[in-house]
Amino acid sequence: MGGKHYLPLTDQDRNEMLAAIGVKSVEDLFSDIPKEVRLQRELELPPALAESEAIKHLSSLASKNKHFHNCVSFMGAGVYDHFIPSVIKHITGRSEFYTCYTPYQPEISQGVLQAIFEYQTMICQLTGMDVANASMYDGGTAVAEGAVMGCGATRRSKALVSRSVSPFYRAVLKNYFHSRGLELEEIPLRDGCTDTGELEKMLGDDVASVILQQPNFFGLVEEIGGVADMVHNHKAVLVISADPLSLPLLQPPAEYGADIVVGEGQGLGVPASFGGPLLGIMASRSKFVRQLPGRIAGETVDSEGNRGYVLTLQTREQHIRREKAASNICSNEALVALGAAVYMAAMGPQGMREVAEQCLQKAAYTRESITALKGFENAFPGPAFKEFAVTVPGDPAELNRKLLEKDILGGVDLAPFYPELNNVMLFAVTEKRTREEIDTLVRELEGWK
Amino acid sequence: MRKSKALIFEMGRSGRQGYSLPSCDVPEKPVDELLPKKMQRSEPLELPELSEVEIIRHFTELSTRNFGVDTGFYPLGSCTMKYNPKTNEEVAALPGFAFMHPCQPPETTQGALELLYNMEEGLKELTAMDRFTMQPAAGAHGELTGLMVIQAYHRSRGDHKRNKVLIPLSAHGTNPATVSMAGYEVVQVPCDDRGLVDLEALKEAVDDTTAALMLTNPSTLGLFEEEIMPMAKAVHEAGGLLYYDGANLNAIMGYARPGDMGFDVVHLNIHKTLATPHGGGGPGGGPVGVKERLTPYLPVPLVDKKGDEYFFNYDLPDSIGKVHSFYGNFGVAVKAYTYMRMMGAGGLKQASTDAVINANYLMSLLKKTYHVPYDRICKHEFVVSARPEKKKGAGAGDIAKALLDRNFHPPTVYFPLIVEEALMIEPTDTEAKETLDAFAAVMEQISRDIDQDAEKVAHGPYNTVVGRLDEVRAARSPVMRWEKDKG
Amino acid sequence: MMKYNIIDGVKYTRKHEWARQEGNTAVVGLSDYAQDKLGEIVFVELPDVGTEVEAGKGSAVIESVKAVADLYAPADGSVVEVNEELLDQPEVINSDPYGEGWVYKIELKDESQMDQLMDKPAYEKFVVEEDEE
Repeated sequence: MGGKHYLPLTDQDRNEMLAAIGVKSVEDLFSDIPKEVRLQRELELPPALAESEAIKHLSSLASKNKHFHNCVSFMGAGVYDHFIPSVIKHITGRSEFYTCYTPYQPEISQGVLQAIFEYQTMICQLTGMDVANASMYDGGTAVAEGAVMGCGATRRSKALVSRSVSPFYRAVLKNYFHSRGLELEEIPLRDGCTDTGELEKMLGDDVASVILQQPNFFGLVEEIGGVADMVHNHKAVLVISADPLSLPLLQPPAEYGADIVVGEGQGLGVPASFGGPLLGIMASRSKFVRQLPGRIAGETVDSEGNRGYVLTLQTREQHIRREKAASNICSNEALVALGAAVYMAAMGPQGMREVAEQCLQKAAYTRESITALKGFENAFPGPAFKEFAVTVPGDPAELNRKLLEKDILGGVDLAPFYPELNNVMLFAVTEKRTREEIDTLVRELEGWK
Repeated sequence: MRKSKALIFEMGRSGRQGYSLPSCDVPEKPVDELLPKKMQRSEPLELPELSEVEIIRHFTELSTRNFGVDTGFYPLGSCTMKYNPKTNEEVAALPGFAFMHPCQPPETTQGALELLYNMEEGLKELTAMDRFTMQPAAGAHGELTGLMVIQAYHRSRGDHKRNKVLIPLSAHGTNPATVSMAGYEVVQVPCDDRGLVDLEALKEAVDDTTAALMLTNPSTLGLFEEEIMPMAKAVHEAGGLLYYDGANLNAIMGYARPGDMGFDVVHLNIHKTLATPHGGGGPGGGPVGVKERLTPYLPVPLVDKKGDEYFFNYDLPDSIGKVHSFYGNFGVAVKAYTYMRMMGAGGLKQASTDAVINANYLMSLLKKTYHVPYDRICKHEFVVSARPEKKKGAGAGDIAKALLDRNFHPPTVYFPLIVEEALMIEPTDTEAKETLDAFAAVMEQISRDIDQDAEKVAHGPYNTVVGRLDEVRAARSPVMRWEKDKG
Repeated sequence: MMKYNIIDGVKYTRKHEWARQEGNTAVVGLSDYAQDKLGEIVFVELPDVGTEVEAGKGSAVIESVKAVADLYAPADGSVVEVNEELLDQPEVINSDPYGEGWVYKIELKDESQMDQLMDKPAYEKFVVEEDEE
């Protein structure tokens, strides 16, 4: 039998305990399960592995995968190969943090509560918002919940989402809206950015939320200065999905009128992990705090006046408000948020600015080098932050196969998400990429076709 | 020992740094050339400035102000706070899992896909379901996904009048919240005096507007719903479906399977049953399994196999779409899969056996001192009512605080709602008999303390880094972030 | 001895609201029993002036730290005034439930509905029964 080292009871323990309970056998403890639903055989699962065997098996599975440590990655589309300081895993690896549950007993959970309070503050500092929650599952669910939140705040039931918002997020959003019976319309693109003229026409007094992404899915920094006024004139809510790593450089969404800021926080020191666990960021203006889903850490004092932290405004949440809760979210990505707080503390204002600037410079250099090649063209004009779309002279899948031979993870093919974008690839360049790696990529592209 | 801890914003000094980055080695352009000035941040970003050692000490000190399963006994009812095996942490951190991009071509992800495929096989066998998606990132997320699938199923049959979901009164709060999120109405089903779902009331509540019944079995009272088969029959005959909330699956692995009880959809909480850590509230994992007739509606993509090749199958025209940007919390799935492989069939069944022995044993010890409202064989957890203690001046919440002083994490308090002053206790399979004996002894001592000086118990805890925190103040004038000038 | 303050001059509902008729209007609040059961109140969600309320239906929300209660309208009517003081100081419902802690005022649609509510002796009896359960 496997897992004996996780199960402290011995046969003697069990016998003594059964006697104390007053039953004859284990069978008596399961006699309440009716015969017709009892499994009449043993489960059929592969034989149990000892620890060393398990490590060997899992290592062998892991060795079949390519990853950022044995490839040079130019993949983005929401998940990136950013630098992760070593301090993070040493903090998130402290088992007082990773083996605890939601801090419902604040007096013995001050560590997690204070760390979340610090995380919330840093997210507010980045976005300019008044309040942030302790996290959502990922960027996609954060976008969906942000849009739903707008519906709650305005008591309306329609949202407009730009086609320049990540197709992954829009897929989740669509699903959340469809099941609730809420209405969703897509704002068309113009040169890879939100067509604000169209948006103006689509806006009406029935619109609850308008969702844009900055930088957008194509990596472009959209000019959305006037959008907030347009949205607010209709008493709708502006939801911005932002890349937190762009915010040391870009105008904070609060300044251009965002009411709710959501986003994917993977860049904040979170391993890509094949797309999860990620980090859903969610922040808002204080007037929307009662509609904000999820957990929020708040400051208070103890019986002697010492400062301390608790989960606050819990009446918004499912365990109290049940069917009237702001959301059903319960488990979130708290440990990932804690890691993100460590990241932001380690990088500080200077480090985060440097990361953002290096992304900007290296992406610009790569974009210029690639589009100088014959057959490679900018898919869209406009300034880009750390990724950009390029029309390539052939099948992106074929190109990626060729790059893989050189241990390069190439760009993401956009055709599955935008049928009109045939042979268009999205390349991401983070601060980790070196000139040599970039030049190698460019050389490989040059030799293709 | 009482003391506040400085916030990270109150530490460090301008000019200090906790990072090291290589210098930019590509030809640089002025930022203004790459990014129009008006799109740039004008005020410098405010964040702490600390050296690496200060950061490590700050967060290490915070960790010492926190209690986890590795610190001590954590009998938090319905949360299954079992030990989190360290092997799982090791393997999930392998670069071949932790540093994969979700958009990599399938030939570079065969190991990850094989893992997901094998895990699905294991979950199918464990629950008697026909297919699983790993996409939901948590239990509540799984519930929502499950209801979306149920909705898609009914809609596909042109059955549009089903707008209600039945939920017993003993249900977790997430169930009704999920029902609303899925656009359904909640219909509460009462429990009988045994604490089980009232079958007759259920039969009356079921009709052609019933989309589904959501049920946890065993229930939050730790009781197995013995009439599950007639319940399933009543719901199915009315055209509704059965949804299994897997929060309490740790009670019955290898003994009974939701699919054999008539359930059409299940979600599992792999951070409970399959021993992955809770991380202070997440990340978790909430895979959803369904019976054959519902598989067309599962989220895309599913993991399939052609010959020896694994691939993501997006060719599911009736799918509800996506519920997560990618494939859910893959990193958590790695840990759960490792646990399943190390336990095997026998180990998983033994885990449930021991979880049930531990719960019944602890109940037998505690009922000498405390009131157990549903005094019968329980499964993995049971509920004590501190109503008598409350009358003496210290209730369930106060008992919880008294436990903090004795280095135990308290049970879940004030839940389930159908028991007044509830303490919901789940010892799990990974606790030794001595631990349960020690816990019971402390609970007896607390009971004596209440008899002697309830007032004192009502003002605890006394030995924690902070005293009882003022939640009223936190809720009346919420302070949810640090601000420079307010200090 | 009744431990709750149950006053004369107002009518009570079975959900523990009180209503004081003033001509064709009624001032509505939470009874002392209800505020005691809820505990320290931290937030109140008020209806907008002009909202039509329906007897027995939720019309305002009262929150303590760990509980949420609907305030059910005692009679049909439309809201003519709300107690905005509660937004800043919800705790006055605890300290003065029948006075400063009033919640809203409605214009009654059908004054006879007020006759169906309990008077002080009936409500006292009702509270004793509730408390024993």
